[in-house]
Amino acid sequence: MTVLQIVFLVTGLVTLLAGVMVVASPKLVHAALWLIVSLAGVAVLFVLLNANFLAVVQVVVYIGAIAILVIFAVMLTRRVMADSGPTHNPTWWLALVSALVLFGGLLALITQLPAFGATEAALPATDSLADLGTSLVDVNRYLVPFEVASVLLLAALVGAMAVARPAGEDEESGA
Amino acid sequence: MHDPWVFVAFLLPIGLLLPAVAVLMGILLGPRKPNAIKGTTYECGIETVGDTWVQFRASYYIFALIFVVFDVEAVFLFPWAVAYNRMELYMVLEGVLFLLILAAGLLYAWRKGALEWV
Amino acid sequence: MGDPFGIIGRWLIDLVTGLGMEPGAALTLLRFLGAAILATVLLLACFFLIVAERKLLGRFQDRYGPNRVGPWGVFQTVADFVKLIGKEIVIPDGIDKPVYWLAPLLVVMSVVGIWAVVPFAPGFRGTDLNVGVLYIVSIGAIGTLGIIMAGWSSNNKFALLGAFRAVAQLVSYEIPMVLTLLIPTMLAGSMGVTAIVEAQKDLWFIAAAPLAAAVFLISSVAENGRAPFDLMEGESEIVAGFNIEYGGLAFGMFYVGEFLHAFTVGVLFSTLFLGGWRGPGAEAYPLLGLVYFFAKALAVWFLTIWVRGSFPRVRIDQLLALNWKFLTPLALVIVALTAVVDKMAAEQGWSQLLSLLAANAVLALVMFAVLGAYGRSVRRREEKLRGNAAALQAGSAR
Repeated sequence: MTVLQIVFLVTGLVTLLAGVMVVASPKLVHAALWLIVSLAGVAVLFVLLNANFLAVVQVVVYIGAIAILVIFAVMLTRRVMADSGPTHNPTWWLALVSALVLFGGLLALITQLPAFGATEAALPATDSLADLGTSLVDVNRYLVPFEVASVLLLAALVGAMAVARPAGEDEESGA
Repeated sequence: MHDPWVFVAFLLPIGLLLPAVAVLMGILLGPRKPNAIKGTTYECGIETVGDTWVQFRASYYIFALIFVVFDVEAVFLFPWAVAYNRMELYMVLEGVLFLLILAAGLLYAWRKGALEWV
Repeated sequence: MGDPFGIIGRWLIDLVTGLGMEPGAALTLLRFLGAAILATVLLLACFFLIVAERKLLGRFQDRYGPNRVGPWGVFQTVADFVKLIGKEIVIPDGIDKPVYWLAPLLVVMSVVGIWAVVPFAPGFRGTDLNVGVLYIVSIGAIGTLGIIMAGWSSNNKFALLGAFRAVAQLVSYEIPMVLTLLIPTMLAGSMGVTAIVEAQKDLWFIAAAPLAAAVFLISSVAENGRAPFDLMEGESEIVAGFNIEYGGLAFGMFYVGEFLHAFTVGVLFSTLFLGGWRGPGAEAYPLLGLVYFFAKALAVWFLTIWVRGSFPRVRIDQLLALNWKFLTPLALVIVALTAVVDKMAAEQGWSQLLSLLAANAVLALVMFAVLGAYGRSVRRREEKLRGNAAALQAGSAR
């Protein structure tokens, strides 16, 4: 067991445990914080896969932006400290069984893939970041998805504002 | 391979541990005389009325939303910036186009009054 | 002189391998020691940073600052620390214990973590991540999380309100900061902080991108929560904001985090825009590089204290308007302009420095013109309102 494998196993277990706690926490804000733990676990997994950029992006975007948004949403729409109580209904065992069945099915499918069990591919050299950059603006590669992503972000911005602003402000808006 | 991260993996827990030791010192060495009044919520001396909850203000949430969009945009631009030196001019212009589309989004938010702290 | 840091490192490794450890484990041990020493030195340095800042602020305000405890008052913070240890940490009822205690630790960790990628001298640094710049941003985001945890767990609606406003400020000012960080990345061709310092061999980036450096400095000062952006802890306004319910050393940790972050802002600015350890003779004598590094960082730190002592606090709506209506559009334009101009200069063979300086100058002129026009329109509106009010008063007095 190399150090890398031990770190991977520990990180995987922590991430899974945090995921379970997200569902099982009685307090909603605790669930949000456990979500952050599991996101951090995923960032560590990215580091183990030598994807430095994705790891820091995971922390910057998921933990630094989206998790804070989730916490804001939870805190602003709930009576903060007085929020506890059962978060699962009596048929939770049915959900667990169906999740396990689904997981088993997916596992069976994946083990039948030809790439499974093959020798470990060499992890990319660390200067793939510049290649990613050129591929994002290369006409033959990812240029169109890159620009479409910006349009998608614009749509998200417009849509979010349309949904989040209280009704009746349209008349007063404008510079 | 993962060599650079070893130092970080040591520094972060140590950075978490040292203030923990300091706070622990404070708890152990400081006096502890709890009484009912000390434990109440601080509200400039008056009694707290009602549960602890905060009125929903859309502005907090809207700023966080706009932040998420611009954060993702900035993160998309980093690989482009790293590859800058080996790009042609038209590639640079494509990145600038990406930026300008989102600048248009900011302008839209501005005109719609979403950037006001009401 | 050679390379003192390399010599010390190699001597330590030889010592440990001589005792029977394999070289891989010895390197890991060296790193662990380095991390421990770095974190300890940083937290201990706060003792002197805080008193220096207080004395400087005092001088700006035409008074002495702390001068009783020790020669010139240098042991003031030690005395404060001892006092804080002796204070009872009043634990309010109804707090969320694990979150409450974790929050100040996260805030300090987020500042200490930034120093992992900072190059102190050639060959002397914690580590060299190829995504160093984004790593710095990500660790800073964890500090924001700590603040919201502090505000929420305190079971106090003012703490919660304070935390919301603080997070709105921190989150908003992160955008111009991240956008202007694109400029050193572009100019150096890498996100690694060591590579950025290496690339400043012939030209400090502040000369190539003065506006970007200014925007980065302003946003960093706002991220830190220093005046004029210190609404997060506006003592006379919202009674300490998110750390109302923290006493003794738990509060002390927030305080330490803020002051250490102020020095870290100086270090980051000098590394990314002022060339870090670069200076005449730094490659030959790494110790000289260390001296240059600290001199530049202290100079920028002094500048932020000067700003702190000179400007009044901004209101929350002015704060957010400044960010979203001025700094963010400015940062977007700077990135676009710098990218295009630099590439055109490279292709047409113009001088990189002159064309970038010209572009920055043009942008600065346009910016001042826009600000001037905006200021004039606001003033005209105010005068019209005052004129109306005066006419009304004159009419009603009759």
